[in-house]
Amino acid sequence: MKILICISDVPDTTTKIKFTNDNKELDQTEIQWIINPWDELALTRAIELKESLGEKIESITVINVGPAGSEPTIRKALAMGADNAIRVDADPKESYFVAYQLAEAIKSRDFDIILAGLDSADYNGASVGGMMAELLDMPSVSAISALNIENGKVFINREIEGGTQKLEAQTPFVAIVQKGIAIEPKIPAMRGIMMARTKPLEVVAPANADCLTENIVYELPQPKGACRKFTEENVNELVDVLHKEAKLI
Amino acid sequence: MTLLVYAENREGKFKKATFELLSYAEELAKSINADVIALSVNEISPDELNKLGHYGAKKVVSVTDEKFALLDNKLYTSMIANLVEKENAEIIIFPDNLTGRALAPRLSAKLKAGLVSGVVSAPSSYDPFVIKKKVFTGKAFADVKVSSAIKVLTLSQNSFGIKDPSGDTPQIEDFKAEAVSEKSNIKLLSVDKITGKLLLTDAEIVVSGGRGMRGPENWNMIEELADVLGAATACTRPVSDEGWRPHDEHVGQTGKIIAPVLYIACGISGAIQHIGGISSSKVIVAINKDPDAPIFEVADYGVLGDFKNVLPELTKAIKEIKGS
Ligand SMILES: Cc1cc2nc3c(=O)[nH]c(=O)nc-3n(C[C@H](O)[C@H](O)[C@H](O)COP(=O)(O)OP(=O)(O)OC[C@H]3O[C@@H](n4cnc5c(N)ncnc54)[C@H](O)[C@@H]3O)c2cc1C
Ligand SMILES: Nc1ncnc2c1ncn2[C@@H]1O[C@H](COP(=O)(O)O)[C@@H](O)[C@H]1O
Repeated sequence: MKILICISDVPDTTTKIKFTNDNKELDQTEIQWIINPWDELALTRAIELKESLGEKIESITVINVGPAGSEPTIRKALAMGADNAIRVDADPKESYFVAYQLAEAIKSRDFDIILAGLDSADYNGASVGGMMAELLDMPSVSAISALNIENGKVFINREIEGGTQKLEAQTPFVAIVQKGIAIEPKIPAMRGIMMARTKPLEVVAPANADCLTENIVYELPQPKGACRKFTEENVNELVDVLHKEAKLI
Repeated sequence: MTLLVYAENREGKFKKATFELLSYAEELAKSINADVIALSVNEISPDELNKLGHYGAKKVVSVTDEKFALLDNKLYTSMIANLVEKENAEIIIFPDNLTGRALAPRLSAKLKAGLVSGVVSAPSSYDPFVIKKKVFTGKAFADVKVSSAIKVLTLSQNSFGIKDPSGDTPQIEDFKAEAVSEKSNIKLLSVDKITGKLLLTDAEIVVSGGRGMRGPENWNMIEELADVLGAATACTRPVSDEGWRPHDEHVGQTGKIIAPVLYIACGISGAIQHIGGISSSKVIVAINKDPDAPIFEVADYGVLGDFKNVLPELTKAIKEIKGS
């Protein structure tokens, strides 16, 4: 079985977000880039499966649509344990554009399970996985919280509104993953980091694709007014305020 | 021209979020002189279907075919795309939840229609079409311009509100979706349904506990408060990691993203990854014994104190109000 993981390169989760150029662009000066947390967990799960199933997992590939600047993130994925990587050399402008690039790069290759995250921590498109699946005319299953392979069969758990379903899925398909797919991300060992330098990273030229949306301007949330403080002794007053002023209860 | 709303139900009853979607759609429809059509999947009672009209749908399209009993992203997308074409829909609106996130992206790619997910308000202009959404896990907003003729949106919950159900009885129509002949690639083995309980993602009020609660034995206080408020319960990541609470209660950047009207955070420090999941709450109340806890920076109201004293007081005082 051949596994592909789509990885996006996002600001570290603790980043303070700032904008420049009249709030038209993200200020990248102090940003540390990481593999999107879901993608990191998806890769971790693929590696776990390879560790337990051996040769049955023929290869683990990661793919990213991004400029050369995203290569450190790709190398980190290789250091974690991916076998090889593909980078589509394009600025990941918007979801449809990125999904199109991914679909074009994937079409000429052969994968059984393609993993993507539920959403990325940057523009929160929550869209690339599903769009890519549609462009590939491939089934997709969303919000997967467990993935197992037994005797060549693929079993998944997915969250739906109001519960969890256990399913058997036929390959090939796009697995859109979330919390639970793996518990802790795999941390690259020294050996992995050394090996990552020589693992194949193929750079492919982008296809011609349209953008359907454009983020024209950003805005930070309105600063909150000062927090109105109460003490253990006047909890009643808080309840009064919530009831009479805020009319929330 | 029409607007199509995906009207989601839970066990045969339409969700509040569905009524919010319809209220929102009606507002947009007024601006562009269009009609709202609601799509309902699976067998629903006529009384329930009529409610969709009361909240703004002119017409309700009901799909009851067995092949849509199980949510299959690809099959559903084909069916919805057929309907979009038949009804000449220009804007298609989904809830910003697991269902919407499963379907909206596929539909967007199929129709080559721009998608904006996590929308928080009505468009600021229609030509060009510009609309606001959450980005960077709630740390900022973006105004997004959509250039395609058809638009797909997912609406962030509790961002718009629900109008009075004053609309007429809708026209109800069956939709057969015969063109969808594909087979599903998934087979259902078992379901673990959350029944009876208010879903965290649907709740208007959420009471949440963090590591400051000390241990699972203290959660009865959270539950009692949630009970009097008709609220759902939630927790921080370390709490679910420790197994004090089930994983489906974990909110934050790597858990559920919620947007209740009122979020009560108890014994929660307010780490940035936790805030990422709750920052869209309308009002945040924090209970913490540390005056410097970062949660107070995002809270509207705070109680400085020990949860052991504060929670029972809070529950008691609210009970009195509710009782009177
Ligand atoms: C990549 C990544 C993703 C993450 N994702 C998430 C996520 O999705 N959700 C999430 O929640 N966390 C997430 N975290 C973890 C996050 O960084 C924090 O560690 C976590 O939110 C802290 O949880 P807490 O507030 O329950 O505990 P603590 O930080 O330990 O805070 C406990 C609080 O309780 C107060 N307290 C103690 N005793 C009492 C008392 N008797 N009465 C009242 N108050 C009391 C303390 O003053 C303190 O403020 C993530 C971390 C990383 C690195
Ligand atoms: N530039 C990219 N390159 C590769 N995969 C991506 C890229 N952007 C998004 N993805 C994938 O799509 C998922 C959802 O991202 P998004 O739709 O941007 O929220 C991510 O978790 C990745 O798996």
